[in-house]
Amino acid sequence: MTSMFTKTPPGRGDTHEPSTAGPQRSAARRLFALRSTARGRQARAAWVLAAPFLALFLAFMLLPVVWSLLMSLTDTQSADLRTPLNVSFTGFDNYVRLFQDEQFVHALRNTAVFVVVGLPLTLAAGLAAAVALDRGIRRFRAVFRVGFYLPVITSIVAIAVVWKTLLDPQAGLVNTVLGWFGIDGPAWLADTRFALPVMILMAVWRNLGTVMIIMLAGLQSVPHSLMEAAELDGAGAWQRFWRVSFPLLRPALLLTAVTTGIGYLQFFDEPFVMTQGGPLDSTLSATMYAYDQFGNGNYDVASAAGYVIFVLIVALTVLQFRVLRDKD
Amino acid sequence: MSTLSTLRTAPSDADRALRRRHIRQTWGQPWLYVPLAGALLLMVAPFLWMLSGSFKPEADIRAVPPVLIPTAPTTANFHELFSRLDFTSMFANSVTVALAVTAGNLIFCSMLGYALAKLEFRGQRAVFMLVIGTLMVPGLVTFVPLYVLVANMNLTGSLLGLILPFLATPFGVFLMRQFISSLPDELIDAARVDGCRELAIFWKIILPLTKPALATLGIITFLGSWNNFLWPLVVAQNESQYTLPVGLALASGGQDFTRYGILLAGSVVVLLPVMIVFLLFQRQFVAGIATTGLK
Repeated sequence: MTSMFTKTPPGRGDTHEPSTAGPQRSAARRLFALRSTARGRQARAAWVLAAPFLALFLAFMLLPVVWSLLMSLTDTQSADLRTPLNVSFTGFDNYVRLFQDEQFVHALRNTAVFVVVGLPLTLAAGLAAAVALDRGIRRFRAVFRVGFYLPVITSIVAIAVVWKTLLDPQAGLVNTVLGWFGIDGPAWLADTRFALPVMILMAVWRNLGTVMIIMLAGLQSVPHSLMEAAELDGAGAWQRFWRVSFPLLRPALLLTAVTTGIGYLQFFDEPFVMTQGGPLDSTLSATMYAYDQFGNGNYDVASAAGYVIFVLIVALTVLQFRVLRDKD
Repeated sequence: MSTLSTLRTAPSDADRALRRRHIRQTWGQPWLYVPLAGALLLMVAPFLWMLSGSFKPEADIRAVPPVLIPTAPTTANFHELFSRLDFTSMFANSVTVALAVTAGNLIFCSMLGYALAKLEFRGQRAVFMLVIGTLMVPGLVTFVPLYVLVANMNLTGSLLGLILPFLATPFGVFLMRQFISSLPDELIDAARVDGCRELAIFWKIILPLTKPALATLGIITFLGSWNNFLWPLVVAQNESQYTLPVGLALASGGQDFTRYGILLAGSVVVLLPVMIVFLLFQRQFVAGIATTGLK
């Protein structure tokens, strides 16, 4: 986490105290110092600038995060949520109940499949597209770039609606095209064997553009002199990619892997619009499960499920940092 | 950190010349055009299908096998969409929410971004870590209490409930801070020496220089808000607050809307504004994605 986002030089933020001031300054003197010194003016301006954001952040981010944790440890079934403090603590009961619920375990498994299969596929497809665009072609690069990126900017709901019509067993385009080759297409979204794989492929289709754009930027900043040198030393295209480009792309790959992974662990919109989690829960995701619990008024269980996903996100992110971080 | 520096390092001129010569000499790999064109077709086919479907008359929609080019193009689907589903007010809601959310993020995130990047104050590090740390929190963790909060504020019946929780987002702070950090400190020092007040420095010197980052953040926020689905779905209580994705999703789930023509027309309406925004600002958008690595 830290190495990715922090840019603060070491010690910044705790070395700005005026060196003459002792540790036991009185509050009045500190206030005076704050008023008069240049640093004091700076600090005051900083807090004025930070205040509106922090007020909104506290109310709509920090408070809900803590509140949600408390909710997940209580029994809200009988509570009136307009007086949210009037609840009884039940420890980890909600979590225990979650993992005893076969439906939730099933939803977690679907989510895991979605991430484990979908994430590598997305990264590979995006990387392949970036390499092809970077090295392979000269003309129409902008057309390809916009075309590949188009699904990323589109509302998932609109995409889900379109794919639903494309995958219609009778009137859909997909089965018609398969029919030209003599293949009798399945009922895709109504078939327990195909519903989840179809959604994974849709996610790959939708997200590879992001990976491609970032990788393309990375590839284009690879010094060409390095490539030239490797070529003179007799490295083939394959070797040049793995030995020269790929190591330089590793940080960009890490970044896309982390952000895409976070998104995939929360997959919701597609099953909500296309299958409602069916058939037979085969596309039910953990987020979808939590949403259903929320809809049924089980706020405590929904919060607990949210925290389970949070823990999974942290775990996946840590794992990705371990695997993909620069070795130095 | 290494990510950002790698991506930000612009290739030198000599490098570019070498590269250009190399590509010209080898003429890329012509055979790659074929699989790439195939892939491109796979990427845009659903959009072409959407466009063609939205203009299809009833007979073409029911046709088996499906027809690709409408036999008698009609705008009936769009008419019905706007009359029966009240897409006009949904469209207005989407625009209002997206513009308000975008404005809020541009203002609040650039303010805090500047403070974190260029000013020194006690607790700076803690504020930064706190804000950035929440980038990993899934929406699901906050939405239950957020819902209770918004309900207690009696905002579930108004668009404000859709706007307020998204006015200030950690991602925006991250983006603005990264960009403002790259501006030279000397500018600010010189202004201070000239007696410019601290807040005036932000307003008169930093903000004008931050335009490219503001453009990127603006586009990303607008698109994100426009496509946001889960929160408006939960909070909007009646049709007068629906945004386009919510209206479209509920329509597609409804029993009387097995008619694809209307759904595809709805998808076109949802997509069109973001397409226009994207094509107009493509450059800034791609640059922003490439430098932050986030969408």
